[in-house]
Amino acid sequence: MNPLHLQENWTALRTIVTKEVLRFARIWVQTLLPPMVTMALYFIIFGGLIGSRIGEMDGIRYMDFIVPGLIMLAVITNSYSNVVSSFFSSKFQRHIEELLVSPVPNSLIILGFVGGGVARGLAVGVGVTLVSLFFSPFSLHSLPVTLSVVVMTSVVFALAGLINGVFARTFDDISIVPTFVLTPLTYLGGVFYSVSLLPDFWQGVSQLNPILYMVNAFRYGLLGTTDLPLGLSYAIIIAFIVGLYLVALILLNRGVGVRS
Amino acid sequence: MSNVALEIRALRKSYSNGFEALKGIDLTVAEGSFFALLGPNGAGKSTIIGIVTSLVSKTSGTVRVFGHDLGREVQEVKRNIGLVPQEFNFNNFEPVAEVVVNQAGYYGIPRPEAWKRARRYLGELGLWDKRKDMARTLSGGMKRRLMIARALVHEPRLLILDEPTAGVDIELRRSMWEFLQDINCDGRSIILTTHYLEEAERLCRNIAIIDHGRIVENTTMRSLLAKLDTETVVLELRAGAQQLPAHDSIRLRHIDELTLEADINRGEDLNNLFQLLDGAGIRVQSMRNKTNRLEELFIRMTQAAESGGLSARGAS
Repeated sequence: MNPLHLQENWTALRTIVTKEVLRFARIWVQTLLPPMVTMALYFIIFGGLIGSRIGEMDGIRYMDFIVPGLIMLAVITNSYSNVVSSFFSSKFQRHIEELLVSPVPNSLIILGFVGGGVARGLAVGVGVTLVSLFFSPFSLHSLPVTLSVVVMTSVVFALAGLINGVFARTFDDISIVPTFVLTPLTYLGGVFYSVSLLPDFWQGVSQLNPILYMVNAFRYGLLGTTDLPLGLSYAIIIAFIVGLYLVALILLNRGVGVRS
Repeated sequence: MSNVALEIRALRKSYSNGFEALKGIDLTVAEGSFFALLGPNGAGKSTIIGIVTSLVSKTSGTVRVFGHDLGREVQEVKRNIGLVPQEFNFNNFEPVAEVVVNQAGYYGIPRPEAWKRARRYLGELGLWDKRKDMARTLSGGMKRRLMIARALVHEPRLLILDEPTAGVDIELRRSMWEFLQDINCDGRSIILTTHYLEEAERLCRNIAIIDHGRIVENTTMRSLLAKLDTETVVLELRAGAQQLPAHDSIRLRHIDELTLEADINRGEDLNNLFQLLDGAGIRVQSMRNKTNRLEELFIRMTQAAESGGLSARGAS
């Protein structure tokens, strides 16, 4: 990135992020409302009806235990789906060419789309948190940990969504990963249970799931309890951010999926 | 070379399936010129435009825009180019003004200035009243004009238009021609591809014809048209003519009962045509030039290239 064009690049980045935010805000009934309704059902069914029979998890009331995981579930899926659908539709309608013919560096295109994904992830996260207040008292153990983990996790899945969008050729391609990879990994990532309940073998398998670290770190931020070392969680999240960013940058520099 | 808008040397493009779209293109477009790039479908016009605008990767060769090398100074090249593509490629679900203002933002133009320019170009193209409408609600002609406004908002020195008047009615087409001529007169270089050869003949001072990935002609419009060895006029008759007179340098043929076409060799006086017709008792009611001179040349050149007879170009 040419430092002489810092001001221009900043304007370009703001333009992309604003455009992305306006995109999901215009269709808030499709983008912001459904996750809040879904999570309210989770709270009622799993937290209220079933949770009252489960009792405590790791010494915490079950309803309180699942709140961080469900917020994270909403943040992950919305960050991912915002970027994958936005990037793919910009390819499908060909308006990605508006960016490709302009002097915006690929790194800023990535940051812009990720910014939009993070904005939607956090907006939904705040919404789900507000819904959770109807079922569980607000608890905050560490604001820096909570904020840093939720933002970085959102970045990870926004980047992953972008890479999916780069490769996607049909609308089926943008739903395969969320359905068959993301949702199972999230459900098995300690949203509804503590991994300490699992037999040793399955605990080991679970530890290969990166979402487990993210959910646990976020739960630590809110409740002060975690199954895994916080430092390891941060290391894994940062490693994913760096790795996925580099992959996305290489793909765009090579023009994969966007240039013939 | 500051007086050259676009310089292409030995440009080649091969796709992974082995198809060779460009087979070593050399092309120079002078700054300030209105340049026509013509060719049949699949000749390679859009591939050249795609490479120059960074939408298509080149296989080999060099591209320079106002002296900036596409391989080493891609951002500078992009700053100098505005593209009006063949297909609509804006977000249909954005308001018209946002399409233009966002494009300005991608070029680093601050929001207040972007709005000023959007007002100017949308106004000049008759779209300012539609600024709040969703882009998808515009008519085909309006969508074409929206893409022109978007391409101009960063005030590029080189405007590339890939079939900008396709599907546009004749009245609107003529107003777009006037607009393009105006911005060319202001010093902006323009490259135009079109299937309307009348459009190229009317607007462009320079022309290149591409066929099967090769440039088969690259000259001024005037010298290209001068290569035509005959001029054709259409004659409307007062009454049908049974027998047509013969002449060495004037060839007459029936189009229908009351219409003749006359091919007149270059240098032959029109008076001779009328003497010939008068002598045969043929009364002419009106006469007009046949307007598809460029079309005639175009067909001859692309057919010559197809048959491998590139040396036959020029039709002289």
